[in-house]
Amino acid sequence: MKALILIVVSGALINNVVLNQFLGICSFLGVSKQMKASASLGFAVIFVITIASAVASLLYDFVLKPFGIEFMKTIVFILVIAALVQIVEMFLKKKSPAIYKSLGIFLPLITTNCAVLGVALTNVQNGYNFGECVLSGFGTAVGFTIAIVLLASVRVRIREEDLPAPLRGAPIVLISAALMSIAFMGFGGLSF
Amino acid sequence: MNKYVERLYNGLVRENPTLVLMLGMCPTLAVSTRALNGIGMGLSTTAVLILSNLVISLLRKAIPDEIRLPSYIVIVASLVTVTELLIEAYLPSVYEALGIYIPLIVVNCIILGRAEAYANKNTPLLSVMDGIGMGLGFTVALTLAGLVREILGNGTAFGLRVLPESIEPMGIFVQPPGAFLVIALFIIIMNAIGIKTRQRKLVEGCDGCCANCAVTGCPKSEEVTK
Repeated sequence: MKALILIVVSGALINNVVLNQFLGICSFLGVSKQMKASASLGFAVIFVITIASAVASLLYDFVLKPFGIEFMKTIVFILVIAALVQIVEMFLKKKSPAIYKSLGIFLPLITTNCAVLGVALTNVQNGYNFGECVLSGFGTAVGFTIAIVLLASVRVRIREEDLPAPLRGAPIVLISAALMSIAFMGFGGLSF
Repeated sequence: MNKYVERLYNGLVRENPTLVLMLGMCPTLAVSTRALNGIGMGLSTTAVLILSNLVISLLRKAIPDEIRLPSYIVIVASLVTVTELLIEAYLPSVYEALGIYIPLIVVNCIILGRAEAYANKNTPLLSVMDGIGMGLGFTVALTLAGLVREILGNGTAFGLRVLPESIEPMGIFVQPPGAFLVIALFIIIMNAIGIKTRQRKLVEGCDGCCANCAVTGCPKSEEVTK
């Protein structure tokens, strides 16, 4: 039990996927302009990464391993993730228009978000079983959501400030991310 | 200028993928802790990029337009798998240092971006030159970022000590926050001396990432990768 909680906490805070491992930087910087959009993206990411880690884990254990073709994992995972996102999108559109309306436009953006593939590959590398894979995927995605919502709330305030010209745009966003990253390093001291 | 040499100049300077187009930020931030890591990652990506540009350019008339993106992903993923296995076999220290970021070359924006913006419209030889130019541009930028971080954070350059022992290195620069700071510094310098970059794309447009655009057919993908 303790080990499972540790996987979630470590995914979300200690090894934060964006601020510590630099996966999903593109959407972290690109969609963090407004709070609402970044929160929606965050929830879509939680949804997709959790499902993708589960599917990737099942595929690895029951298809790739028995046939001895583990080296095919990169190709298989990226195709499965792309297909999965499409299926999830179609399913939500049909069965749950309310969720689709709030997450829909973000789902395609996530297809090649490197965090999704990164989590699936890291899980396999760590030799996690099915349950651990799902939890680690969930934890990582929660970490992504925390980071992007925090950055969005910082950026909303930066927008009002009078900055020196060379710092406007990307540099100040990157500096804010650096300060957040320093803060998140503090979680490295967490122990159970 | 000869159009083949022009491709090299274009990739290295005019449209440098990292410093000017602001593509492929994930590996740039992640593996630039050491100058040598930057070279390793840069050259691995260059190898994949040259081959993927070549294959995609050769197949540009054979691949139907509707399924071109899934086809590109399969081509790139296969090349990345081959590269990963070769690095694991012959350069174990590089494999160790770069870890998960080698398979993640698949989702590097630069590769799908070049396939979509250049290789599927041009001859194989030009596409290879484009791959070499873009790849080397990426390698130079990564090495530069790695060098700055290594000197500031560790007092060494390419593993050799350059700062005197009496100066305490700023360890934060080899830690994750240093990556954000050094890239921010690069953009500030380029802004201050008036070099136009596509940084607005990085923070405001089209998810900032043309791999996403390429796969989802975002209408702005032409604009981002041009």
